[in-house]
Amino acid sequence: MGKSMIKKITGHQMFIPIMALLLLAVVNLIVDPGFFKVTLGTNNSGDPVLSGSLITILDYGSELAILAIGMTLVTAASGGQDISVGATIAIAGSAMLRVLCGTNTRPETIQAPIIVAFLVACVVGMLCGAFNGALVSIFKIQPMIATLILFTAGRSIAAWINNNELPIVPDPKFKYFGGFIPGIPIPTTVFIVIACIIVIVLVLKFTNLGLYTQAVGINESSSKLNGINPTFIKFLTFVILGLCVAVAALIKVSRISTINYSVIAKDIEMDAILAVALGGNALSGGKFNMWSSILGAYVIQFLTTTLYKFNVQSDALSAYKAVVVILLVIFSAPAVRTYFSGLFAKISASGKGRKEAAK
Amino acid sequence: MDNNRILEMRGINKSFPGVKALQNVDFTLNKGEIHALMGENGAGKSTLIKVLTGVYSKDSGTINLGDKNNVSIRSPQSAQNLGISTVYQEITLCPNLTVAENIYIGRGSSQITNWKKMNTDADKLLQKLDIPARATQQLASCSIAVQQMVAIARAVDMDCKVLILDEPTSSLDEQEVEKLFGLMRDLKALGVGIIFVTHFLDQVYEVCDKITVLRDGQFVGEYEIKDLPRVKLVATMLGKEMDDLSDIKGEQGTYSGENKDERVFEAKELQSDAGIKPFDFYIKKGEVNGFTGLLGSGRSECVRAIFGADRVLKGKVKMHGKEVKISKPLDAMKNGIAYLPEDRKVDGIIGDLSVRDNIIMALQVLKGFFRPFSKKQAEAFADEYIKKLNIKTASSDTPIKSLSGGNQQKVILARWLLMHPEYLILDEPTRGIDVGTKVDIQKLVLELASEGMSVTFISSETDEMLRTCSRLVVMRDRKVVGELTGDDLTQSKIMSTIAGGE
Repeated sequence: MGKSMIKKITGHQMFIPIMALLLLAVVNLIVDPGFFKVTLGTNNSGDPVLSGSLITILDYGSELAILAIGMTLVTAASGGQDISVGATIAIAGSAMLRVLCGTNTRPETIQAPIIVAFLVACVVGMLCGAFNGALVSIFKIQPMIATLILFTAGRSIAAWINNNELPIVPDPKFKYFGGFIPGIPIPTTVFIVIACIIVIVLVLKFTNLGLYTQAVGINESSSKLNGINPTFIKFLTFVILGLCVAVAALIKVSRISTINYSVIAKDIEMDAILAVALGGNALSGGKFNMWSSILGAYVIQFLTTTLYKFNVQSDALSAYKAVVVILLVIFSAPAVRTYFSGLFAKISASGKGRKEAAK
Repeated sequence: MDNNRILEMRGINKSFPGVKALQNVDFTLNKGEIHALMGENGAGKSTLIKVLTGVYSKDSGTINLGDKNNVSIRSPQSAQNLGISTVYQEITLCPNLTVAENIYIGRGSSQITNWKKMNTDADKLLQKLDIPARATQQLASCSIAVQQMVAIARAVDMDCKVLILDEPTSSLDEQEVEKLFGLMRDLKALGVGIIFVTHFLDQVYEVCDKITVLRDGQFVGEYEIKDLPRVKLVATMLGKEMDDLSDIKGEQGTYSGENKDERVFEAKELQSDAGIKPFDFYIKKGEVNGFTGLLGSGRSECVRAIFGADRVLKGKVKMHGKEVKISKPLDAMKNGIAYLPEDRKVDGIIGDLSVRDNIIMALQVLKGFFRPFSKKQAEAFADEYIKKLNIKTASSDTPIKSLSGGNQQKVILARWLLMHPEYLILDEPTRGIDVGTKVDIQKLVLELASEGMSVTFISSETDEMLRTCSRLVVMRDRKVVGELTGDDLTQSKIMSTIAGGE
């Protein structure tokens, strides 16, 4: 086994999220061998559904994975993060409900096709993104400060859209997006995530979005002299994140067919930022690895699910999560990684020396 | 050991994965000596300096400092404690603090700062070294040269015995360089040993006592300055006899197509928001011309206005006699204009991206957002130019920031050549790179021109411009003050035009 091989593996950006995933898997396997059991059962309405912890992780990690896509781009181009995504999910979700239910909070039937409601949510999400993006790219406000505005005001705006009422969507079909389509045992969210990943992979392959965002994030003035418009690229990444927000809002609202303005997608922005960081992407912008961020999102969900398994109270959850996050972040810090790779080299060298001495 | 000796490095070895950066290198420095460390990019100068300052740890070899034998330097901090100080090319001070704060920051052991004492001490020190700055002045308000000197003052005050100056002059104009040299001579008189790293040959002969030459990570020799004339120094650095440094213009034919009098680019009353006076300018097909003038005279601002890099306020621009609108870099690029910016680090390279991405960048942007090159195509472009310009890189996947300065510059040059521009603007393409690459670039300019490309070439070194340009636009105080061609292209004529008042 070559030393360079070890270095190549440990040095890869995906190493930390994959190791974290494996570690979580091993811990769960030891504590409860049944953790990975997936069973096919039926739900209340008699349709076949898969259940088990793995399915839960895949299902509930969806919103985070979708947001991680947009957050990665925003981080890469602007060197900052959008902390308003939780609040804008509330806004987009609320707009969706408004279209679906009209002014009546308990309608007999939906007032507009679901697709129309979703498109409206997309427009609203992208408008929120455009607002953030304009503040960041045109007015050069630090991303975290610029998005603090919607972070603070977003949930009030969401409540105002529906006059602070909580409309309930009567159509069972609306539940499909955050649940199951009758006859298909795999959660619909998994398909939504796959669709989003396919879209972003195609976009990164068939446009220069990746190259431009990285170039702008690394050296704005140089990109400008190469004919790139950094202002527009930054703006664009925020709008794309807005679109991701709308998709996440669809799933969130669909899960409960209604909305809770103060709780929906609470703190999800921090998890999304964490996913980007866990994926080994620099929060100061520049180069990024999309797969790594998406994997990071599932690592976080895996952690949350594991903690629930260990019967951690939901209000104590964040504290436990923080401890694990600290460990992960420390291990992925460059200083620590160099130290460990040096240690590895020493160990393998001394091992070799001993072997040779034995000869 | 010789009493006069303050630093002795013997048999220093240092390897990086795949490269032997230093092999058995010796270096000796005496008290009160200014010692030039010369070599091409990648010869190992920086590595040797970094070993000496504790940034890298050596693989083997010994370092003796004064009467301390075999000292180990584990960190920049320990180097500083041993009396080794470094002043880098880029100012590494804090521009938003005062001069005094910059001199004393991070040094006192006491938690409480006596501001009054600190300021008077600083003023004394500045006076002693004859540095034109006040202690309470904000550093950013000083000129670059004075900032450089403050950095040196900081080093001197830390009781340094060995002062390393790594390319301190590359962003200074002539007067400022003169001031810096004055300071260096003062320090020399105080017995400080100075290691001077520079690419400017003139400066070496002006202040240095001795020269140590490195080549390909190996020690070539140590010479008294009087024993090593300029041509021989260059030959030693390159490892071959070099006689074409003086005259490269003769080798290349000039462009002689029938449309050689056509004005490829023409500007009337062009003005940008960077504070230059409106100017007229044109360039013919296959011509090499240049802007000359002192630093800050507006040379760069002019070409930036042509490329649309600054906001253009007014003026008419024609390409091939047809009026066009150039308000941003992309417009210029679409019209076949390429611009290699003055500050490679800030405006040129995109550090974390690979050499390949850096090469294809401009052409890719020109091709369009929705039409990315295939990986294979990009690879082919990169390989072609890595070969053509002889860029030294491990692979085209290597991040550009890990290349040496000269090779980074070649990558940026490759980026613009790949675009096959009609009109190429090179703003200080030879700054901070080694002699070999400088000559390569000058030759390339003449070669491109002979094939019909129009080139504007700007350099702080007048002899470089005389060697390449057939017409010089002279600038003073952000205004075009003259134009020189033919027999007027001499050093003295340029000087008198820059100085003005005939």
